[in-house]
Amino acid sequence: MTREPTTERGRLRVRGFDADATTDVDWSPDRGGRTASRRARAWRRFSGNRTAVAGLVVVVALLVLAVFARPIEVAGVTVQPFALAPYAPATTDVAPASQPPSLAHPFGTDWAGRDVLSRVLYGGRYSLAIGVVAVALGVGVGVPLGAVAGYVGGWVDEAIMRLVDVLYAFPFLVLAIALVAVFGQGFWKLVLALVVVGWISYARLVRGEILRVKEEEYVLASRALGVPDRSILARHVVPNAIAPVVVQATLDVGTVVLSAAALGFLGLGLPPGTAEWGSMLSASRDTLMQGQWWVTVFPGLAIFLFVLSINLVGDGVRDAIDPQGDSRREAR
Amino acid sequence: MTLLRARGLTKHYPTEEGLLDRFLGNRQWVRALDGVDLEIREGETLALVGESGCGKSTLGRTLLRLEEPTAGSVYHRGDDLTSLSTAEMRARRADLQYVFQNPTSSLDPRHTVGELVGEALDVHGVARGRERDDRVRDLLETVGLRASHANRYPHEFSGGQRQRIGIARALAVDPELIVCDEPVSALDVSVQARILNLLADLQAEFGLAYLFIAHDLSVVEHVADRVAVMYLGELVEVGPTEAVFSPPYHPYTRALLSAIPEPDPLWEGDRIVLDGSVPSPVDPPPGCKFHTRCPVASEDCGEWESHPDLESVGGDHAIACPYYDRVESTFGGD
Ligand SMILES: Nc1ncnc2c1ncn2[C@@H]1O[C@H](COP(=O)(O)OP(=O)(O)O)[C@@H](O)[C@H]1O
Ligand code: SF4
Ligand SMILES: [Mg+2]
Repeated sequence: MTREPTTERGRLRVRGFDADATTDVDWSPDRGGRTASRRARAWRRFSGNRTAVAGLVVVVALLVLAVFARPIEVAGVTVQPFALAPYAPATTDVAPASQPPSLAHPFGTDWAGRDVLSRVLYGGRYSLAIGVVAVALGVGVGVPLGAVAGYVGGWVDEAIMRLVDVLYAFPFLVLAIALVAVFGQGFWKLVLALVVVGWISYARLVRGEILRVKEEEYVLASRALGVPDRSILARHVVPNAIAPVVVQATLDVGTVVLSAAALGFLGLGLPPGTAEWGSMLSASRDTLMQGQWWVTVFPGLAIFLFVLSINLVGDGVRDAIDPQGDSRREAR
Repeated sequence: MTLLRARGLTKHYPTEEGLLDRFLGNRQWVRALDGVDLEIREGETLALVGESGCGKSTLGRTLLRLEEPTAGSVYHRGDDLTSLSTAEMRARRADLQYVFQNPTSSLDPRHTVGELVGEALDVHGVARGRERDDRVRDLLETVGLRASHANRYPHEFSGGQRQRIGIARALAVDPELIVCDEPVSALDVSVQARILNLLADLQAEFGLAYLFIAHDLSVVEHVADRVAVMYLGELVEVGPTEAVFSPPYHPYTRALLSAIPEPDPLWEGDRIVLDGSVPSPVDPPPGCKFHTRCPVASEDCGEWESHPDLESVGGDHAIACPYYDRVESTFGGD
């Protein structure tokens, strides 16, 4: 028999084949249109989880409060005119110093006569921005490196993972402190320090997942079709390996905010006097002894509330993405 | 015409031994495939049978270079596939396709059926845009699914339907050979026949050649033009289906025939029951690899340098056992 030349490819065409006549097994009734995507199903599971939704509400609320705390100007143009916080965070002597909470100043005032409520609201900008930016950059660095290490293997894998091992040998916070001490103070320097210590966990996580997914039969099936390696990596391997990273990253926003606060408390984060939650705690250390609890408690509560909520969200995301996850983790 | 020809195809996997063993150089090898010569012809169905663990999947995958062979060559259109570059080999995959045993694990759960089938079209630039979508729908209907299923995910389908998706993917690139690795053994009996019929229809329609892998002979009789019987990484018998299903037999083939659940009413010989399971391919028996289980083995079978070669016993029919005539005299045939 003879084959058609390859230029004739695509001739395969069958007409008059009645799909309904083949009664393979029960056809589930056509629901028409697209069926729920995985993302839609994950969202449905997430929204059914009450603690996770509560966490999300708190996180969004803190975010909104931070954004609308004071007007935002970009290049002289006011893009966000609202001011939920009654005073600018750095304005001193809005009232007598060190006043306990009152109607005019619900969170009291600090040693310089600044309104603590305004500072806590505004301070969310620093904490949340550091958390989100540092995690996003950490993911941006760690995921590609981990993916390449896992998929390519060999000396590339060795080189990347030895670096990860070395960085892992230092406790997270100790390394961050050392780096901040080297880099100096400032928002981007702090973020840089947190990224340098943060990316390694994503690299390691992704590499492990890639090694697992690489052995899945659907990867071999795509190779059998002739799909190029980079498409396999982008279309099949990474999407199947990324779920734990999403969970980890969500939880890490909390960890990073906490670390930033810890660095601020040690006087290592942003310049002293900044309305960042950790720095505010640091500045009020001494006054706590004098019974001025409000200067410490409110920024502390803000940190606690945010980190708790983001953890609830992270756990919710985990359960939503991977409903059988619990049994699988136990089996490992 | 020969489509694909394997010469001395060998695949040894490293065993997963402890670190200490590796350190001491005690590396051991799973001899999954030990120098197989095989030929697949255009438009035919060649069945490959043998018990589980005999190396059938390894042969199927090594033939298509989904596994890199340890030694040997595979010729396709005059080229040795084992020496093609990665890009050249990818282009060849438009001709040489694989359908997997487990339709669930071989479909990425994160993509819709339309995306999975469309991926096959994209790779070899078969169709684009509107035409591509039309082709996806055509292909789904060709394998007995509905065009509207393109937007669903694999988990929404039954096993038989998933296998149809796998077949549609293989078909999309318009291949000339499809290796079907036990395509129905993971499916309900009631569904098996439908998938086999589909494969037969597609073969008639598109002139496909199949390497049809199965672990028992019962399915094979109805679908195969020729049969190759495999034991521990060696071919022990190759021939046209009628010839393999009638005397003379290799002792192993005879044993597999005895194991067919519904005995042929015309079958008059005694049954051979194979004891135990296949020996480990890490340390296969010396001489004829079947001698530990062979009902007609003699002393010397285990003392030869190597496994016996396939010798023609008439026409296309070859058996790798110098004592094959003892099978008939001991057990009868028909
Ligand atoms: N990737 C692998 N690594 C190590 N051993 C393997 C691998 N794949 C298959 N084997 C071994 O090779 C032998 C043949 O396997 P396989 O080809 O799957 O047999 P079959 O398909 O006939 O059941 C088995 O002993 C199996 O354990
Ligand atoms: S060579 Fe000997 S052991 Fe092997 S199949 Fe023939 S008779 Fe049996
Ligand atoms: Mg197999």
